[in-house]
Amino acid sequence: MKTVEEIKAGILAAVPGASVTVVPNGSPSAQHSLLIGAEHATAIATFLRDDEELALDFLSNVTGVDWLDKEIAEKVKVTRQVEKPVEGGEPGQVRLVEETVEETRKHVQLGYLEAVYHLYSVAKKHGPVVLRMRTVNRTDKAELPSLTPVWRSAEFQEREVFDLFGIVFNGHPDLRRILMWDGFKDFPMRRDYVEPDDFDYEPTPHDEVLKRAQEHKAKAAAEEAKA
Amino acid sequence: MNSTYLENMTARLASSEKLDGWNRPPVIETDGEGELLELAMGPHHPSTHGVFRMDLALDGERVVRLKPVFGYLHRNHEQLAQNQTYLASMPYTDRLDYICSLTNNWAYALAVEKLVGQEVPERAEYLRVILAELTRVQNHASTIGFLLQEMGASGTPLMYAFREREKILDLFESLTGSRMMCNYMRFGGCRVDASEAWLNGARKVVADLPQFVDEFERFLMTNEILMARCQGVGVLKPELAVNAGISGPMLRASGVNYDIRKVDHYGIYDRFKFRVPLGDHGDIYDRYMIRMLEIRESISILEQALKELPGGPVMDPKAKIRNFRPKAGETYGRIEAPKGELGFYLISDGGPNPYRYRVRPPSLINLTVLEDMALGANVADVVLIFGSVDIVLGEVDR
Repeated sequence: MKTVEEIKAGILAAVPGASVTVVPNGSPSAQHSLLIGAEHATAIATFLRDDEELALDFLSNVTGVDWLDKEIAEKVKVTRQVEKPVEGGEPGQVRLVEETVEETRKHVQLGYLEAVYHLYSVAKKHGPVVLRMRTVNRTDKAELPSLTPVWRSAEFQEREVFDLFGIVFNGHPDLRRILMWDGFKDFPMRRDYVEPDDFDYEPTPHDEVLKRAQEHKAKAAAEEAKA
Repeated sequence: MNSTYLENMTARLASSEKLDGWNRPPVIETDGEGELLELAMGPHHPSTHGVFRMDLALDGERVVRLKPVFGYLHRNHEQLAQNQTYLASMPYTDRLDYICSLTNNWAYALAVEKLVGQEVPERAEYLRVILAELTRVQNHASTIGFLLQEMGASGTPLMYAFREREKILDLFESLTGSRMMCNYMRFGGCRVDASEAWLNGARKVVADLPQFVDEFERFLMTNEILMARCQGVGVLKPELAVNAGISGPMLRASGVNYDIRKVDHYGIYDRFKFRVPLGDHGDIYDRYMIRMLEIRESISILEQALKELPGGPVMDPKAKIRNFRPKAGETYGRIEAPKGELGFYLISDGGPNPYRYRVRPPSLINLTVLEDMALGANVADVVLIFGSVDIVLGEVDR
């Protein structure tokens, strides 16, 4: 079995211009993965399946992962000029002094959705090789190319990722909701999913459920008064 | 954002071009006379093994389209597991494939052990093998029983199968406290040790099993009706089976030699001598026969394991139980469950709960080719083709 680095070199030789990054894995299982760019994904997948030495003909598992927007705090040393009163001088007389201060700057790293593919080889009996693809963001550009044309086993699993995470797989032959019903509006496996407040509360709620039921009833009463 | 987003998405999907060259189900030609009959089979139908629906389009008796519909038992098992600690999910895994709770336990324990690099003591490994193979025997026996029931052999074969299954469930109950929801394995071993009396009971059950298999085979395998209904029906080609990610007895019935016990050598399976039965035709009869043969191989593994079972602890004393926080990383662990490849994919961010917990359900993925197998067959055969896949809806819908 080739290492991820060797597989990466193989992909780069076979698919010119492809972007491939090795994502290291800190767990003792050491299943490192390959992050591939979406534009060459189908070509890379076809190469992995048809290459004689790799022969990754069995796509075992497809799943999604949701990574939220992350606020990253960085400590930066900043040099700036500060006005200071001159000692022993006249009141109001100041001079400029250079001072170095540590400042925390925050910036937001945009979240993304990730599709993870676990590949094995039935012919060579080796694996797993882990492929990942990332969307640009979690909202309007949550799209990836479908690998169903390469491995049929992605058919239902990509539908499930679409259903629960909201990744749109372009080129999927039959992309519909699979576990949730057709009229359902949200993606229940996302980290920021909020349960809808539309069910009948039990007649004798208590504790946390009581609190939620009271909020729900107040909201419903307000809506009724408005109408 | 979601409502408009979904609408845009649907519009785009309609316009997106369909890629060619993928393994799509064949198009069945109709004679063009008369209308197609659309039939919703399920969700409440005695042959669907739970709540499952097949939307069929029929030309006379012939199936020209089949779309499976899932989700009636969906409870977002993965989300539940992500909201609680690693160990707290163990009893929930029992409810995935509720016929084989012990193999579900093992798959989950194996994935977590791989994630943290946990060792398992010798005796616990043997107990795991014994329980997994007993699970395989009772799963295959009841699958065959149900299949015969659906063929019209009302009652009798199923009762024979369930009589055997009941003996094994009694063993599970006396060891784990529950017949079906066993919740027995832990990260780094098993929950309780098996007593000598239990082992003797298990030896007795295993010694009686070959007689049951012989009897079952003698009664049914050469039955004329069974052969007429099963042979050459619902054929699955090996190339499609591999491409569609089919696993377990269904893959091997199509002649593909791939058994994860032999490939991954997880646990201690490399110590036992057993063969991997393979089919020739990939039809219902092969899938049926493979399960019969696998029961025989499981009996052989059970005999070896019960003979060689060493003493010692069943739980690694160094295993961390309280404040269990795997360091950041991810892992995919899989086993050969009775229904196919059962895998767990876990991502840890260093916290007490898994950041991502995913079950790779063999039942769902084995249904990918249901349409391919059923197209062109009669409606009555669809019931058998579906039964030969062997699914449990608790695992399909999660």
